[in-house]
Amino acid sequence: MAAHDLPPAMIETATLPMAWVVVLPLVLALMGAALLLIVRRSHGLSFVLALVSVLAIIACEITLLLHVFESGPVSMTMAKWLPPFGISFTADAFGASFALAAAVVTLVVLIYAEPEHPSAVGGGSFYALVLLLLAGVTGSFLTGDLFNLYVWFEVLLISSFGLMVLGGRAVQLDGTVKYGFLNFLATTIFLLSLGLLYGLLGTLNMADVMRVAPQANPAAMAGVAALMLLAFGMKAAAFPVNAWLPASYHAPPAAISALMAGLLTKVGIYALLRTLVAVLPATRDVLEPVLIIVAIATLVIGPLGAIAETNLRRALGFIVIGGIGAVMAGIALPNLAGVSGAGLYIFHAMLTMTALYLVAGLIERQTGQSDTRYIGGLYATSAPLSVLFLVLVLAAAGVPPTLGFWPKVQLLQGGLQTGGWIGGLLVTALLVNAVLTLIAGTRLWAHMFWRAAPTPAEATPGEPLPIGRLHWLGSGVLFALIIAAGLWPNPMMEVVRSGAADMLDPARYVSAVGLAEVTP
Amino acid sequence: MDYVLAALVGCFVALGVYLLLSRSLIRMLLGVVILGNGVNLLIFTAGRLTLQIAPIVPPGLDQPDGAIANPLPQALILTAIVIGFAMFSFLLVLAFRTYQTLDADNTDTMRLAEPVDAPQPPLSY
Repeated sequence: MAAHDLPPAMIETATLPMAWVVVLPLVLALMGAALLLIVRRSHGLSFVLALVSVLAIIACEITLLLHVFESGPVSMTMAKWLPPFGISFTADAFGASFALAAAVVTLVVLIYAEPEHPSAVGGGSFYALVLLLLAGVTGSFLTGDLFNLYVWFEVLLISSFGLMVLGGRAVQLDGTVKYGFLNFLATTIFLLSLGLLYGLLGTLNMADVMRVAPQANPAAMAGVAALMLLAFGMKAAAFPVNAWLPASYHAPPAAISALMAGLLTKVGIYALLRTLVAVLPATRDVLEPVLIIVAIATLVIGPLGAIAETNLRRALGFIVIGGIGAVMAGIALPNLAGVSGAGLYIFHAMLTMTALYLVAGLIERQTGQSDTRYIGGLYATSAPLSVLFLVLVLAAAGVPPTLGFWPKVQLLQGGLQTGGWIGGLLVTALLVNAVLTLIAGTRLWAHMFWRAAPTPAEATPGEPLPIGRLHWLGSGVLFALIIAAGLWPNPMMEVVRSGAADMLDPARYVSAVGLAEVTP
Repeated sequence: MDYVLAALVGCFVALGVYLLLSRSLIRMLLGVVILGNGVNLLIFTAGRLTLQIAPIVPPGLDQPDGAIANPLPQALILTAIVIGFAMFSFLLVLAFRTYQTLDADNTDTMRLAEPVDAPQPPLSY
């Protein structure tokens, strides 16, 4: 057969300069991690190099986000194969803004962790693992291919395993066993669903799946989506598969658990949002009753667990779970307000949950304790710490002058627009969650800061550690961001709204990848 | 042939789940491996089975002459095998270190992160 009878398989035009920015953050993160492994013996050099890499990544992602916001999703396909043959990287407003938030969180954690290194966080591999984790997270946010998403999941999983056991204390090993097995099982289930999806559709490119999914057998597609719900639900720690999170997140040093609380569950819930709302919307409708039940249960059970908990960081783990419920509520409410609320909540949770864990780390340094029964009278010792913690608790619950207020408003608006018993139930659950989170957080605050310090006899002695300038800088930057974004929410709101519009109507996304939409 | 392989995948997954439900870390590890292999076999079967015709374009032609084996599932499985092996090695070392440090292979006795004697709610509010 002659060459001109074949359909084209390669892209023959030059790659646009803007398209390179989609993959540049990943290249920088992976190369930074490789360089950091080489210089791991020098602590000062490692820190500077890690800082420079993350700053460069942030610069790329700001460029990317501005471009995506102005002219819609950008895509680049590897090796110039025409999609769906090549692996596509596609950034829309959701992916780009979450990737930016992830890089900012990583930067803050790097600054915060600098004084603790290397004795507390063990070994010279800390910085390399953090950058690998960032590569995994960024890849998951920017990829446009489902199998590639699986690969990035495994990249972030293996680096989070490494971070979690760094130092090798017994409690870390115990926590990692639970974290490791359950998360590996979750990615295996995701791979299972990918195998079935490939068997049904013959493609794994997200944009291509959006095109051909309506023609497939709906019952089989619902099965695939149910497996994805289980896999991503496990990664995101949604009820009833949330037990691994409070069992493991408090085990590593505070800086590392802050990084995990900020990034890992958010990647899981973002993947769920992407697959169910954007890629397979028809099967989302089939799964809607399950989504509603899971959302309500997660919203209520998370903060209830936090109320019952005495270990500070374990209690925060339950608050993280409650936040996942809010995003699930957005997935169960597929209108513009609901989806943009879910997106904004992911953005907010990345910043706020990280900040909460960082401040918890400061409290633990100040008192040498992690059990709230033996902490007290901190308000007298450190007033700034009490302000930080209280405002962050208010942000987690969604009280107005903070960033946490806006996603809740959007989600409530989405619920009211949907109406009926579905909207009513979800709105009630969101409000109950806000009140319970407030009770849990203020209870922690009252115990640790307000009541009198416990007498030395009833407190098990702990070793207080000094709080350095960089500790304050790290937590302070995040705190300022949360307040500033709460006071001037407009730019962020517009970005997220354009992202939500692209999630609900994939036409721009599909055409950015270079595929035409087929009408069944 | 597809049906035979599908049944085999079912057996692998059932065995993997059964072993994962055990309390012993070593059994759980074996369960993870068997489940992973079952999933790899599933991808292979989902890519449609053909007789062994290598996916190579003969010289002088632009596209293969007739039906060929689907190369994509094989690439996917190769990736999944490599990743699964890395994860398995990590978990194996982790299980060994845990056994050395905590002297426990049974997950019921690993209660450092979630102490058994933790206070029961309600505490003071």
